[in-house]
Amino acid sequence: MSQPRNRRSIWRSLAIFFAALVILVVYAYGLQVTKVDLEKPKEARRQAQLTNIIRGLARPRLFEYEEKRLEIDAPLMMPCNDQVVLPPVDTSGRYIELTPNCVALGGRVTVNGYNFEPGETVFLYFLPRAASIHEQVELRLADAPIEVNPQGQFTYVAEMRKDRPSDEPQAIRAVVKMRSGLPHPSDTLKDTWDKIVETVFLALIATTLGTALAIPISFLGARNLMSNVVSPFGSIMTGLLLAPVGGVVGFRLFSWLKGLGGGLGQRAWPGLGALMVSIAVVWALILLLSRQTRGRFAALRQGGLGLLAALLAVFALGLLATLGIRLGLGLQEVLGPFAFLGNLIFVIADLLAIILPLLGGLMGLFLFVSLGSSLSGRFLRSTRPTTAKAFTAIAATLAGAVLAALLLGGIAWLYEVENPVRFVAVPAAAVGAIMLVISLLVDVQRPVPTGMIVYNITRTILNALRSIEPLIMVVAFAVWVGIGPFAGVMALALHTIAGLGKLYSEQVENILEGPIEAVTATGANRLQTIVYAVIPQIVPPYIAFTIYRWDINVRMSTIIGFGGGGGIGFLVQQNLNLLKYRDASVQMIAIAIVVATLDYASAKVRERIV
Amino acid sequence: MLEVKNLTKIYDNKVLALDNVSFQVEDGQFMAVIGLSGSGKSTLLRCINRLVEPTRGQVIWDGVDITAAPQEDLRLIRRRIGMIFQQFNLVTRASVLTNVLSGRLGYTNPLWSLINYFPKEDVEKAMANLERVGIADKAHSRADELSGGQQQRVGIARALMQDPQILLADEPVASLDPVLAHSIMRILKKLNQEDGISVICSLHFLDLVQQYADRAIALNEGRPVFDGLPREIDDQRFKEIYGRDAERIG
Ligand SMILES: Nc1ncnc2c1ncn2[C@@H]1O[C@H](COP(=O)(O)OP(=O)(O)OP(=O)(O)O)[C@@H](O)[C@H]1O
Ligand SMILES: [Mg+2]
Repeated sequence: MSQPRNRRSIWRSLAIFFAALVILVVYAYGLQVTKVDLEKPKEARRQAQLTNIIRGLARPRLFEYEEKRLEIDAPLMMPCNDQVVLPPVDTSGRYIELTPNCVALGGRVTVNGYNFEPGETVFLYFLPRAASIHEQVELRLADAPIEVNPQGQFTYVAEMRKDRPSDEPQAIRAVVKMRSGLPHPSDTLKDTWDKIVETVFLALIATTLGTALAIPISFLGARNLMSNVVSPFGSIMTGLLLAPVGGVVGFRLFSWLKGLGGGLGQRAWPGLGALMVSIAVVWALILLLSRQTRGRFAALRQGGLGLLAALLAVFALGLLATLGIRLGLGLQEVLGPFAFLGNLIFVIADLLAIILPLLGGLMGLFLFVSLGSSLSGRFLRSTRPTTAKAFTAIAATLAGAVLAALLLGGIAWLYEVENPVRFVAVPAAAVGAIMLVISLLVDVQRPVPTGMIVYNITRTILNALRSIEPLIMVVAFAVWVGIGPFAGVMALALHTIAGLGKLYSEQVENILEGPIEAVTATGANRLQTIVYAVIPQIVPPYIAFTIYRWDINVRMSTIIGFGGGGGIGFLVQQNLNLLKYRDASVQMIAIAIVVATLDYASAKVRERIV
Repeated sequence: MLEVKNLTKIYDNKVLALDNVSFQVEDGQFMAVIGLSGSGKSTLLRCINRLVEPTRGQVIWDGVDITAAPQEDLRLIRRRIGMIFQQFNLVTRASVLTNVLSGRLGYTNPLWSLINYFPKEDVEKAMANLERVGIADKAHSRADELSGGQQQRVGIARALMQDPQILLADEPVASLDPVLAHSIMRILKKLNQEDGISVICSLHFLDLVQQYADRAIALNEGRPVFDGLPREIDDQRFKEIYGRDAERIG
């Protein structure tokens, strides 16, 4: 009985011993790798540097005085020349006396100052006067500024130069710099203010963009919403096959419509008229659509009217974008200090013009996929098994081949492959063949969990994106759109999508199932269920998380400039590199104030809402 | 007429919740479903409108096989089957009126409903239904400001918006006190008698069953163990349904 226990305890001790050994090695290696060197911080040179930095940081350059420069000259002959009589020194105010007042090259002169203010600092210069020098130059005499004693006097023994002889009187000059007037905000403070405003707005725009995109994505990443989305294999394949087609058709169609609207928008009044007319028609169509209709062709009619309304709406948006761009540019010129309002209109309109075709691509893709998969799903259910099998096989083969070809085409372009046709065609055919085999093996009626596939893809992408720090992302964006706040906005927005997407979808997963059940039971469709049962439940946590993210983004935006992303971080980095610690200090104070204020404010808001 | 044929449900975790259940419900009948906790009552009700997907068997309503209906048709079927729940399942942050209107979602134009717009007729209908269940004055309160009994009335009004022919009620009074329980049951009975709505209602208390139901079926571990008139449930039957050691209360 005691034997095995004993043995076990020996093993245990050994195991503990080895574990301790391993831990020791890990830490030893860690110290080595991180170059921990306790001697470094003790070196005098480094301590002096540290003192420098701390002193600089302790005296932020918040305010500056206007400086007045007082110059007090005393004549000097070098070398001595009896022919020249030096003028007397005015002793009414501050003055300096030279003994002797003539000296050989390289000789010594004692400079005595009188009537100075105690505690002032004085800089001493030598003013050579030579034919070769046209302007007055000041050559520094003393290495360090001289301090005036409590009696208002100072003495300094100056060693003269050997290279500036002259027949005319030269001079020694004492310079006192005096602050005058009231202190005023320093230039650093003004720059800091500009940049801190930029920083806060950078965070705002990034949070807004990121949130807007994270919300729809979070639904795709919520298990409880996606788990019951299923469809037969054949209809998924049809959807996949139609996806690129829909994307291209949508993109082309929207570009064309936008161009059409844009053409009209070139002239202001006709453009405005056309805009009004098209908005009115779209409105009329929507009213027509909202009527309940029954009958055989009701769905077809509704669909047709809807499509017409959508196309007209795109045309109107294209028109609006062009008009907006023109309006924005115009306002920028006439608004003066409020030109940024014009810029806002310009940016929004420009954004609209850019995203319209992309939106078209997305909508086309979505429409084709959902129509294709639901129609083919119906067909597959109603038709004979052999037909269903054949249909599935064809759809799968084509979908596999087309998607593989597109993907490989992209890779061929990226790596500039030599023979793109062969590089693409052969594997695409192979993928098609594989899909054919798979489609023959699967049960065509059996539903495939599409929702879970989408869920997993979404979560994977979000996790991958989240693991890349915005400070790294911004480097890539700075290369793409140039160094500046725009790159910072994009990097932060992307990271916000990834971060919030996950947090949001977890909130969706946490909501009560009951209301969803109840709304589904009324015969509501999926979208209606989301709007009526999901969204009301997620609004409070979504707001809380958005505020939390806004906090993070403000913090991030203060340093995103280190990576070229604009904002105050850019200034901090610059000043640190130039060893201008007093200026960097101002920026650090600004960052502290902004972060603390927004922290406090958002905590308050969160308390209110949740 | 609603026909349930050989209905079996096996959950993903291999729990056999319904085991070959068959019965028919005539139009206008008030049928109670009884059984122990975990006997499969909720599962049965949810299989009828396919909130839970049955594993085997059929639910046929007026000749239409609900279990085989594709998603789009299922929506049209669901909107004629109202449902109320033990936990009321209201959207608590929304107003009572919005909750009631959401019962109309199967009928309205999907586009309009997304921006919370309902035709005037629907809003009037919602007010009328709230009137009918006696809480018209609460229309603009938030749902979570209401008491349990009031919330269940909202649930009933929501179901009424569907113009239902069948009402599924899953333990509608289990979280209410006896007085409220009777008032809710009276509303259901009234709907059953005045509007001819068939009611399938799971219940825990036999006195409620005997007072309100025309017929009762009982489940035990997913198997049907009784199908008959409520008054036929005597002590002997009771022990068959609820197990040897059970004591009658109420
Ligand atoms: N979603 C689910 N996944 C797995 N098992 C489930 C699920 N829902 C219910 N079950 C199981 O199925 C069985 C029947 O449950 P059901 O909820 O239908 O019973 P019930 O009669 O309504 O019980 P109660 O009176 O407590 O509401 C139980 O054993 C339960 O654990
Ligand atoms: Mg139950």
